[in-house]
Amino acid sequence: MTTAVLFDKVSRHFGQVRAVDHVDLAVAEGEFFAMLGPSGSGKTTCLRLMAGFEQPTDGHIEIFGETAEGVPPYRRNVNTVFQDYALFPHLSILENVAYGLMVKGVSREERLKAAESALAMVKLPGYGSRRPGQLSGGQRQRVALARALVNRPRVLLLDEPLGALDLKLREQMQEELKALQKSLGITFVFVTHDQGEALSMADRVAVFNEGRIQQLGTPEEVYKRPQTRFVADFVGSSNVLAPAFVQSLGYPARYASLRPEALSLGDGTGERKRVTGTVVATSFLGAANRVTIETGSATRIAAMVPASELIPEQGSGVTLSFAPEDLHLMDEAA
Amino acid sequence: MRSDRSTSAPLGLKIAAAGGLLFLHLPILLIFLYAFTTEEKSYQFPPPGYTLQWLAVAWNRPDVWAALGLSVRVAAIATAIALVLGTLCAAAVSQTKFFGRETISLLVILPIALPGIITGIALRSAFSFADIPFSFWTIVLGHATFCVVVVYNNAVARFRRVSGSLIEASMDLGADGFQTFRYVVLPNIGTALLAGGMLAFALSFDEVIVTTFTAGQQQTLPIWMLEELVRPRQRPVTNVVAMLVVLVTLLPILLAYYLTRDGDQVAGGGK
Repeated sequence: MTTAVLFDKVSRHFGQVRAVDHVDLAVAEGEFFAMLGPSGSGKTTCLRLMAGFEQPTDGHIEIFGETAEGVPPYRRNVNTVFQDYALFPHLSILENVAYGLMVKGVSREERLKAAESALAMVKLPGYGSRRPGQLSGGQRQRVALARALVNRPRVLLLDEPLGALDLKLREQMQEELKALQKSLGITFVFVTHDQGEALSMADRVAVFNEGRIQQLGTPEEVYKRPQTRFVADFVGSSNVLAPAFVQSLGYPARYASLRPEALSLGDGTGERKRVTGTVVATSFLGAANRVTIETGSATRIAAMVPASELIPEQGSGVTLSFAPEDLHLMDEAA
Repeated sequence: MRSDRSTSAPLGLKIAAAGGLLFLHLPILLIFLYAFTTEEKSYQFPPPGYTLQWLAVAWNRPDVWAALGLSVRVAAIATAIALVLGTLCAAAVSQTKFFGRETISLLVILPIALPGIITGIALRSAFSFADIPFSFWTIVLGHATFCVVVVYNNAVARFRRVSGSLIEASMDLGADGFQTFRYVVLPNIGTALLAGGMLAFALSFDEVIVTTFTAGQQQTLPIWMLEELVRPRQRPVTNVVAMLVVLVTLLPILLAYYLTRDGDQVAGGGK
């Protein structure tokens, strides 16, 4: 398998600020790779390093085996879908899409034909004569996608591409992007702060915090087996348990994560681990209720209880149980 | 507060407004009127008769043509210099962050805030100090100092609206710096540059004070008019030339106003 993008101990410092600090990663060809993290975690800087808008302070970047340091954005076979779409306001939609081919010297007839078919691919056929200002946010997003893809990049970079869309549209675009990536076979590198988006779309996820990768793995690995407290906390709403509490349950004294959906009301049977406490909060989430209890050692634990089950009242004492293998010990001891 | 607009203003206010406008513009109309008078020794009112002969006389005066030609050349070259320097400076100030950026922005604008006589004296002593003889080029340099400001002000306002990601998007799509400037930056700031350039041209064309300090023997059109007022010869010719100056400076300013009215204001039009 070919490596599309390789980061070897890459750092990008802005004065004292370590935006990206010793990042190693390898994106495989044809992969849908997500960089997930809160704002300021370095994920967007990593994307800009791939695009060529930033140069690393230290380390080495390769794109399809070729050194990328010092190569300007216009000589990289990489295209970007910008967060604000960055469509050219003075050009028509068709001219926007054809721009990349125009500056490369493709004949007018040929590039307009290619732009038309790119617009058809993103389901906007016949929109070519309009101006960016006349389109909705979702349509502009599709134009930005067509404008990048018409150049047949080897890597497509997407910077929070769905951030500005409303929920319904976002879900629809998630599916379309995924389908598009599958059919084109182009490597997608995708930046997002939305963990749901990253988990549902990506083949692999890199979770960023403070300029470093906290964990890199498949969505399932990152979700079920977080390596650090940050990942457990950021990816979903896992219970993070302190070493002392974990030890009291019969495990080694390390931090551990426990998914709310792994817990069920009542003693359960046989091998299950049990915690008891009083209910401090319940909230209705549609398909399930979240019940939060507080144990005698003041540890709060949330459990997902299916909507079909009876919800205990606040203040009542309950027992929660879980299968021993569902508790995931993290690398951090303290 | 919107309903206040529809109510009519009191009569006194209307008269005051009309009076103010008349005070501003009636003298200019008088200048036009005397360009057609038959009487050339003193400005007698009302003119005893009307004639078009002064247009012909002005047309045949070589000193008028010489002054006009000089003014046009000075204004054109000063504007060209201002377009290049003003655009570069605006691009630097609006697109990048660097130490002392605000200071540079202020220093560039300063020449237009300073009284022309200060600029003039300063330039004159600088030219003498450096042993530069007064010539066509010293006039151009003097005019360029305030023309740069006008172009800079117009360009910087527009540059701020061109988001940085447009330039990045262009580079990302394979355009180098030159192509990006030609296909993305220029179309987006073009009207602002045109407006700034025309304002700069108009400013240079009717400039007197800085010119008196930086010119040698040359006479630009405004300087020629000043001389004519002191030593009149065929007096109404000056009025004909005055009409020409009004036209040449007013038209670009009006055009600049229409080019930039949907968007930022024409900055620096007030000098």
